[in-house]
Amino acid sequence: MTIRGQACIVGIFEHPTRKAVDLTVAEIHAECAAGALADAGLSHDDIDGYFCGEDAPGQGAFSMLDYMGLTKVRHFDATEAGGSSYLMHVAHAADAIAAGRCNVALVTLAGRPRTSKEPIARGPAPERAWEGPFSAATVASYAMVARRHMHDHGTTSEQLAWVKVAASHHARHNPHAMLRDVVTVDDVVSSPMVADPLHRMDCCVVSDGGGALIVTRPEIARELKRPVVRVIGTAEAAKGTNGGRVDLTHSAIAKCAPAAFAMAGIAPADIQYASLYDSFTITVLMQLEDMGFCERGQAGRFVADGGLISGVGKLPFNTDGGGLCNNHPNNRGGMTKVIEAVRQLRGEAHPAVQVPDCRLASASAIGGLLGGRHGGAVLIMERA
Amino acid sequence: MPTFPEPIIDAESRPFYEAAAEGRFLIKRCITCNEPHWHPRQLCPFCFGPTEWEEASGRGSIYSYTVSGKGADSAVLAYVTLAEGPTMLTGLVDADPADLAIGQPVALSWQEAGSARVPCFAPA
Repeated sequence: MTIRGQACIVGIFEHPTRKAVDLTVAEIHAECAAGALADAGLSHDDIDGYFCGEDAPGQGAFSMLDYMGLTKVRHFDATEAGGSSYLMHVAHAADAIAAGRCNVALVTLAGRPRTSKEPIARGPAPERAWEGPFSAATVASYAMVARRHMHDHGTTSEQLAWVKVAASHHARHNPHAMLRDVVTVDDVVSSPMVADPLHRMDCCVVSDGGGALIVTRPEIARELKRPVVRVIGTAEAAKGTNGGRVDLTHSAIAKCAPAAFAMAGIAPADIQYASLYDSFTITVLMQLEDMGFCERGQAGRFVADGGLISGVGKLPFNTDGGGLCNNHPNNRGGMTKVIEAVRQLRGEAHPAVQVPDCRLASASAIGGLLGGRHGGAVLIMERA
Repeated sequence: MPTFPEPIIDAESRPFYEAAAEGRFLIKRCITCNEPHWHPRQLCPFCFGPTEWEEASGRGSIYSYTVSGKGADSAVLAYVTLAEGPTMLTGLVDADPADLAIGQPVALSWQEAGSARVPCFAPA
């Protein structure tokens, strides 16, 4: 694929301020966006791609997408490369447009180093003045989603606990896992309450560590001595508080999973193994529904009685023990999700948890705050 | 009773906290599309139109909540849906956590936060 001639720059705006005493960084980003849109003759809802560097405040792209209300965005990229970032953003936008990832891409830059001592990269979140006084812990954001799921669907703490129980059944086979003891539903619901209704054992481990992946073109992959795992579907989305139209009944995964399955040309029911981001037990429940592995509201029933245990349940998940029992390196579980899915497709998971003849697997992940601003990404992979 | 850290006020939020000091609870509404939103912004998050302040009723209902901590140290974080439409992150005060429920009516209750006042809610 060449990007030559496949993308054009149609709108520009340079902010008139040179000393932004009465503007926040987020406001400058938004005013620049509005200015470039007006210059192009396009409107707010036309934007479906967003590119920013580390000058996007708070949670970066998540914060700015939510602040600007850009809910139609289906491709974003926060490549950070100092002052050269914005040329790369144009190049990456051209790639994305050529690949059909988006049609109208917005690139923004803003900062006020002359006025403020705030760091140039990642200044305070635009919502700091509004949400800071309530000191919401990460777990509290997820707890509010869990509370809402219980209210709407009758989900119970015991059902949430089954996610942790299933992870522990897998972790006992992983010699590197932080927590290798099998736990029961009773163990989970009698562990200390952290943020009602989430208990300590509804939360993932905190671990040091890391991971890496190599991605290449099929011609090279075929020459190598390892089983070939093809990426056949990908999609991403961001979700926030949507200008106060808060809706905790789904995550960003609901916005992108259909596109990933459409690209792959398969249905959720075809997936034999799923890596599901498990920062908290509720994170798994939301993804089961958002990925289409079960009907909306049914995830609690789906996971009960070992529904996620390999060899026992309907959908084997996180056979390494997941973030709940094995590893959550640097508080970022997406890397290990991809790694375990690849092990399954290669047939290299532990024999006790290996899915027989695993040909189709998914990995899904949620970064940020499930009850606030977060991103979701889906990968669908097949063994060649 | 929880204590609230002082908000770090910026140019965009200053009018809100100045009004709060006078006991007035402001939200913003778009002049172009007429939609209210939270948290307040200079440009509408639904259409990028210009926005203006308006006084809100201070009435709402609980959308979701969570209780952290125990006894005197416990705090209730919540999303409250305002009568005007937007849902905001806030704290619930003067409430026994065991008696709270999603959908319950609540009313504005200003709480001291350093030298400022922040908008919390209590059972109505």
